[in-house]
Amino acid sequence: MTPLVSSFLAGMVFAVGLGISGMTQPAKVVGFLDFTGNWDPSLAFVMLGAIAVHAFAYRLIRHRPAPIFAPAFAVPPRQDLDLRLVSGAALFGIGWGLGGFCPGPAVTSLPSGHVSVLLFVVAMVAGMYLYTLAESLQTSRPDSRHRAIASQPTTIPTPLAFQHRHDA
Amino acid sequence: MEHFTPGASFLGGVLIGLSASFLLLCNGKIAGISGIIGGVLRPAKGDTLWRVFFVAGLLTGGFVLRLVSPHVFDIAIGRSGGAVMLAGLLVGFGARLGNGCTSGHGVCGISRFSPRSLVATLTFIAAGATTVYVVNTFFGGAL
Repeated sequence: MTPLVSSFLAGMVFAVGLGISGMTQPAKVVGFLDFTGNWDPSLAFVMLGAIAVHAFAYRLIRHRPAPIFAPAFAVPPRQDLDLRLVSGAALFGIGWGLGGFCPGPAVTSLPSGHVSVLLFVVAMVAGMYLYTLAESLQTSRPDSRHRAIASQPTTIPTPLAFQHRHDA
Repeated sequence: MEHFTPGASFLGGVLIGLSASFLLLCNGKIAGISGIIGGVLRPAKGDTLWRVFFVAGLLTGGFVLRLVSPHVFDIAIGRSGGAVMLAGLLVGFGARLGNGCTSGHGVCGISRFSPRSLVATLTFIAAGATTVYVVNTFFGGAL
């Protein structure tokens, strides 16, 4: 097996898991988020199952010095909370409640052939690209960032744009 | 709650957890879908092909599901094309800005007790619930 085969297999199992769990059905996602109405708690069991397995396996795996096909683990090191994290998650949540899709289930649902899935994924990739564009604009204008940092009394350890490589 | 499916949802979750563990064990990577896709849009040498293969795996899994149990793609909720596209835009941009989505924060991050992921997960569930409440209360459940 090679790292590309393992990645492919992981993607395939992930997709099947999403399908079985109900995450590929926007009606179930909206039902889960409908706390004050006809609440369907099913998707809480998805998280429960996934976290139960992964929390246990994560600890076992991290005992290894390195993964099987790579020189090191790429696990996000950050512990701090910031406004970007919260505002990003809030925008994400609004879109999630509006469309009933998050990225994994949306991509998994593409082969269904439904037009609305295609619309969602195209817009999602556009949103991601828009972010990448905004980020590269920020890094290519060091003057404006220096001014922004200088105007803040507290110290910022690294320009935010550079920290962003450690994505979940 | 006539559609409550705790068993199937738990089983699907277990598969998701196994997949995330397998990717970490083999490739050392976090199974965060928005991060995996986002990385393809900003290619870095030696860090792109595995992402493409993961997405190809997702699509292949989707094809298998379509053949075996097409009902998992029941997508009937009252949303117009415009609402769906706005939703996609927000999900894509928000996931990148917040460094992760339901998989990266909600599953992988919480599994390693990351405070960032816990806060992100609580935030997007709260924002999603608020959105659903607004759509159901002020727009009659359709938009």
